[in-house]
Amino acid sequence: MSSPRPLTILNGRLVLPTGDPRPGGLRCVDGFIVALGSEVAAQEGDAVVDARGALIAPGLVDLGVFAIDRPAFHFGGIVRAALMPDGDPPLDHPARVRFAAHSGKPDLWVHPLAAATRGLAGSELAELALMRDAGARAVSTGRRWIADSAVMLRLLQYCAMLDLVVVSHAEDSALAGNAVATAGEMATRLGLPSAPREAEALAIARDTMLAELAGARLHIRQVTTAAGLDLVRAAKARGVRVTAGVTPAHFALSDMELANFRTFARLSPPLRSEADRQAVLAALADGTIDVIASGHDPRGPEDKRLPFADATPGMAGAETLLPLTLALVRDRHVDLARAFALLAANPARLLAAEAGVMAAGMEADIALVDPTRPWLVDSNNMAASAGNTPFDRRPVEGRAVALFKGGVKVGG
Amino acid sequence: MPSPESSNARYPTGRAAFPHRDLLGISQLERHEILFLLDEAAQWVAFDPREARRSDSVADPLAGLTIINAFFENSTRTLLSFEIAGKRLGADVVNMHAAQSSVRKGETLIDTALSLNAMRADAIVIRHASSGAVRLIADKVDCPVLNAGDGSHEHPTQGLLDALTIRQALGLGAGSDLNGLRVTICGDVMHSRVARSNILCLTALGADVRVCAPPALMPAEVEAMGVAPFHDFDAALAGAEVVMMLRLQQERMSGQFIPSPREYRHLFGLTPERLARAAPAALVMHPGPMNRGVEIDSSVADLPGRSLITRQVGNGVAIRMACLEVLTRPARKIEGWA
Repeated sequence: MSSPRPLTILNGRLVLPTGDPRPGGLRCVDGFIVALGSEVAAQEGDAVVDARGALIAPGLVDLGVFAIDRPAFHFGGIVRAALMPDGDPPLDHPARVRFAAHSGKPDLWVHPLAAATRGLAGSELAELALMRDAGARAVSTGRRWIADSAVMLRLLQYCAMLDLVVVSHAEDSALAGNAVATAGEMATRLGLPSAPREAEALAIARDTMLAELAGARLHIRQVTTAAGLDLVRAAKARGVRVTAGVTPAHFALSDMELANFRTFARLSPPLRSEADRQAVLAALADGTIDVIASGHDPRGPEDKRLPFADATPGMAGAETLLPLTLALVRDRHVDLARAFALLAANPARLLAAEAGVMAAGMEADIALVDPTRPWLVDSNNMAASAGNTPFDRRPVEGRAVALFKGGVKVGG
Repeated sequence: MPSPESSNARYPTGRAAFPHRDLLGISQLERHEILFLLDEAAQWVAFDPREARRSDSVADPLAGLTIINAFFENSTRTLLSFEIAGKRLGADVVNMHAAQSSVRKGETLIDTALSLNAMRADAIVIRHASSGAVRLIADKVDCPVLNAGDGSHEHPTQGLLDALTIRQALGLGAGSDLNGLRVTICGDVMHSRVARSNILCLTALGADVRVCAPPALMPAEVEAMGVAPFHDFDAALAGAEVVMMLRLQQERMSGQFIPSPREYRHLFGLTPERLARAAPAALVMHPGPMNRGVEIDSSVADLPGRSLITRQVGNGVAIRMACLEVLTRPARKIEGWA
């Protein structure tokens, strides 16, 4: 592949790792950022982009999607997507990982997450080193928790040796059972199978303890309860190499959304109480949560137009990831620099990608963002391959107006 | 039987008395709408089909209408009750037994709903094993839908017939609510749609409701529905004027939720000794079918004058007649309802 023309973006506001955005621009050569700041000027032969005052921000790095959905990712300013291993067949074989790792070319990075166990069944370790060398950036237990503590310990020890992060799902599977809602007033009124919110904290307690024992790096993809967040906070304080993620659903919605059996609000883990939602907001503010991801999982009517308990969990989240996170900035839960740490720098670090930060030497994955552009989420008119968003009809602010991967414009 | 005048004075006129197309749950109903249905049903309790046929004085109000009973879950008595109700009103009643196994996929459920709709039924009665399934179908059809039980969510006609039965047994007339009545509901509250509809109906009518269950069968935060939860049946019974027992499902009787049927009876069975702890002359109810000797002793279930269990069954037909008759008024172009 021939090198692209150097790119210079001018007249924007740079989103740096700390502080307020600073007026300026940047220049990229051979796919990397070579200079940034107010002094940057275009050179002879550069492609020049006028940012017209937009934010010059890192392209989003989405740690945890269930489908490669280019139009939705480009709409949402996502330039790297970590693909969960839960496909059919699952990503539990080096050949499938290699294929997935190349599936994003040329306009999207796909970082496959290797299935931790064969068939994601939670009993036998998959060929993790071979999958790493085929392009897997981390290892994941998928949608499920590994119930067998001995298997989980061996997994964590093995991944510590390979220096791979283990991305886990935290719900005690016996307690969660066939639950589709969190035990509480809403589940009781609707007569839905429910599990106590403690199912999450139980799983986190075990997994952080095993990670500590193994010296492994553990990323809990979604932490959604006050008790679970307290355990993560405590584990971090004693030096456990644990990080936590969440999707906008659990900081923007509570289980009140289940009213009228709306299956777009059927998620895994299920939506929680308002008190837990507030705890997630506090954890985003105090640094306990490291990553906000979309959990993008587009599902058509055949999976969603069903009785609530029979519907497949999941939401199409790629398009709403950025505006709902920017709403946290507007509401002063986090500042803009931290918002992009949650959306790009932190997940990039977990995936060992030299990206996600506006700095010289980093890969030139860049989103130009108009942080106040208003638009209406409309499930009938989404870029995603299905419109299963629990945020339907919600007015939001913030759009990616242009996206660059390796210094080349992508997504139309 | 209330005169038309008194009824007119008590409720808004015409469709304003019951402005719903469907009966999906008690949760959608206001207190006066519940009372309206109870008063309508009270008139059908006295209805004697043989007398009507002989005298030829009462025209079949639903003659020429088609009612489909679509039961996606096995049922004997509720299906029979709806079928008899429809036929007594003169409607053509068709039963569709769709065993859950053959209609497991949701697309089929929606397709079934669209097929039923295409057959232009005048009312559809639905039972389904999943909470919320009846609402899902109702959104896809153009005629009134009656919920005959959806999962663990609601069974509104059962809630209404139980309220009617209590009112009747206490000698309360049209327009009466159940203000201050002490009712204890005991059994598998967690999985019971009957319990939910009864809680909603009784609390809307002002009753003071207690629920009693072992912890594994008590739904979380049930007190938010305006009831007092108990694990001690004796304490829950103190002063109760009505005792409603819930059916214990076979699959919950061994190991999973409770150790054994006899242990369940030991703690939660309604025995004559236990009943003595309730208010004098307390009434006994059960939605059926009963597990005699488990949740209720035969001597209690058959207690003359106190057990309302067979009356509940009889009133079930009257309630379902009232619901079908009221919900089809717009289609029948009844004055004020069209």
